[in-house]
Amino acid sequence: MSQHENHAFEHRDDEAKKLGMWLFIFTELLLFGGLFLVYSIFRSQYPDSFHEGSLELSVTIGAINTIILLVSSASVAVALTAIQKNNTKLSMQMLLLTVFLAAAFLVNKYFEWGAKFHHGLYPGSELMQLLDRGHHLYFSLYFFMTGLHALHIIIGMILLLISYFKVKAGKVKMDDFMHLENAALYWHLVDLIWIFLFPLMYLIS
Amino acid sequence: MRKETKYVSYLDYEGQYKGIFGWIFSTDHKRLGLLYLYAIALFFFVGAILGLTMRVELATPGETIMKAQAYNGVFTVHGVIMIFMVVIPGLSAVFGNFFLPLMIGAKDVAFPKLNRLTWWILIAGSILAIASQFLREGPPDTGWTFYAPYSTKTGTSVIIATTAAFVLGFASILTGLNFIVTIHRLRAPGMKFFNMPLFPWALYAASWIQLLATPVVGITLVMLIFERLFGIGFFNPDLGGDPILFQHLFWIYSHPAVYIMILPAMGVITEVIPTFCQRRIYGYKAIAISSLAIAAVGFFVWGHHMYTSGMSEQARWFFSLLTFIVAVPSAIKVFNWIATMYRGSINLQAPFLYALFFIFLFIIGGTTGLILGAVAPNVQVHDTSFVVAHFHYIIFGGMGFAFFSGLHYWFPKMYGRMYNLKAANWGAIILFIGFNLLYFPQFIIGYQGMPRRYYDYLPQFQWAQTISLIGGIILFIGFFVMVGNLVRGAKKGAIAPANPWNGTTLEWTVPSPPPVENFDEDPIIKSDPYDYK
Repeated sequence: MSQHENHAFEHRDDEAKKLGMWLFIFTELLLFGGLFLVYSIFRSQYPDSFHEGSLELSVTIGAINTIILLVSSASVAVALTAIQKNNTKLSMQMLLLTVFLAAAFLVNKYFEWGAKFHHGLYPGSELMQLLDRGHHLYFSLYFFMTGLHALHIIIGMILLLISYFKVKAGKVKMDDFMHLENAALYWHLVDLIWIFLFPLMYLIS
Repeated sequence: MRKETKYVSYLDYEGQYKGIFGWIFSTDHKRLGLLYLYAIALFFFVGAILGLTMRVELATPGETIMKAQAYNGVFTVHGVIMIFMVVIPGLSAVFGNFFLPLMIGAKDVAFPKLNRLTWWILIAGSILAIASQFLREGPPDTGWTFYAPYSTKTGTSVIIATTAAFVLGFASILTGLNFIVTIHRLRAPGMKFFNMPLFPWALYAASWIQLLATPVVGITLVMLIFERLFGIGFFNPDLGGDPILFQHLFWIYSHPAVYIMILPAMGVITEVIPTFCQRRIYGYKAIAISSLAIAAVGFFVWGHHMYTSGMSEQARWFFSLLTFIVAVPSAIKVFNWIATMYRGSINLQAPFLYALFFIFLFIIGGTTGLILGAVAPNVQVHDTSFVVAHFHYIIFGGMGFAFFSGLHYWFPKMYGRMYNLKAANWGAIILFIGFNLLYFPQFIIGYQGMPRRYYDYLPQFQWAQTISLIGGIILFIGFFVMVGNLVRGAKKGAIAPANPWNGTTLEWTVPSPPPVENFDEDPIIKSDPYDYK
């Protein structure tokens, strides 16, 4: 077994790195899991308000962002496969494409949030205090969950950029690509959470 | 295999950094274990002083040394420090870091740099928590449970205290992650899961809880912070939220957290008892699997903290039933420990003495836990000092005494020197007497209706509060005897041999203190880790 060969002399252990990332992904799932639990309880308490609240969101922008993230998941997968086949150039291009798509997602998010802010709808605003309880909770959850997700997008972008520079410097290469693989795993997680957020926030009308 | 290297102990090793930086920038799991030990000992001392001021306040009815608001701050910060900074990292961070790699025949944990970062995160969180006591808004007065909606409204520095708990949770998650990967990947060649000693097994089970439960409380605390900052109403009924939801989310973590504390404690006891009885552990597999069973069932019992908060009848009997089920694997361990002692050649040294006290106190704490787990008596004694006594018997009498047991057990390995055995025994006995005097009367007056978290009480409870205060003072004397003896031992004690207790697990096969890389050649793995001949 590779585990045994590696034991005494070899410090590098790719399996351990991958296992560590998977465990970290579990914690992220439970972090969002707590929020999804809160969401499901309040939605069952205030189904009408959640229905009406979701009408205020732009399904078009949400759908575009969903497509953007799905494509970015594909591009990061291509980047990983490319480095495994020693195609450094393609890998770097695909990483840049992924980061670009992530940025596009954030730009869309910015316009979405900006429109809400423009109408005075943001956590702590006067308008929010005037809303009925169900709407208040719906928009609070909307900002909280999409905000936390956006934070994860930013962390993912940073990880992908680090991978990019490591590929460029030749530190991530054909026989040593765990950093890129873990960044890609994390990126898939960010994508996956959005796949749940999108229908729960936008498509419940 | 490898060419002979000169033996340099991890204490003397001079690496890239010198002096104190050689410690705080070290990635050596042994040095980090000691760093955790010193940090946690300091936090424990701060928490214990706060505890003693509470006892002094309760020496007489009415105001003794502080007002009600100050008392609220003291019990909150006492709870936050003791729970999040002492007992949750406690055994796993100190002894787990130091001995997990040694016991499974590894050179370090899987991610040494992450391990160093984790210590730094713990220190950062701890600074925040202690700062919350001194900020202008005044110390948080919510209790360590931060129950909403009060925690969303009070003017005290709740945000900084919850941020501290969040940061400390991050440290806990990373420790758990590191240990799980270490156990999966770094066991020495030939060591299967069921050849591992039982302390690593306990750490493995606890690590899964740390990993899976902590994020839930993390997000809950972040929601609480946002609720305070932006007037979001997740937990505030005035804004449509639900305070019971906060309690559920909080206890989904905080009950399993009890098992984060107690599982490694049980693991230490499982190491100490066979060594000092020179007898193979009874029921190896039962103990290993019961750790996993406690971890698994422990996730589904949180509702027993909330019988009086408003839950359906079905939910209450469901949680009550599960609470009784989770007691079964704990009892399996107790029976196995006692069965191990049967016909053993018992060597009554301080680690074993602490282990015996642990069993005694854990049985009291555990059986009163069953009283609390049954719905009807729980409603009677909920939020009384009966609960205070119960969880101090588990957390301090259980986890605390196991910590002292492990400290005395592994001390010669950690420092390469031996403490005074007789003084150590006296320290244990004084602590045991002080502990029982302090907490047992609280069972009685709790049953009679003494509420917890009150700075005042009716005159008829005076006798018990006086005994508790005396117990508290004796407890402090015990600490000074114990700590003084250990500090003296670390500096001037006799040089300890590699295996002073005739233990069989791998940490006793290396010199004391261990060399930097632990094992100069791959250790020989026996199929039975507790093979006494």
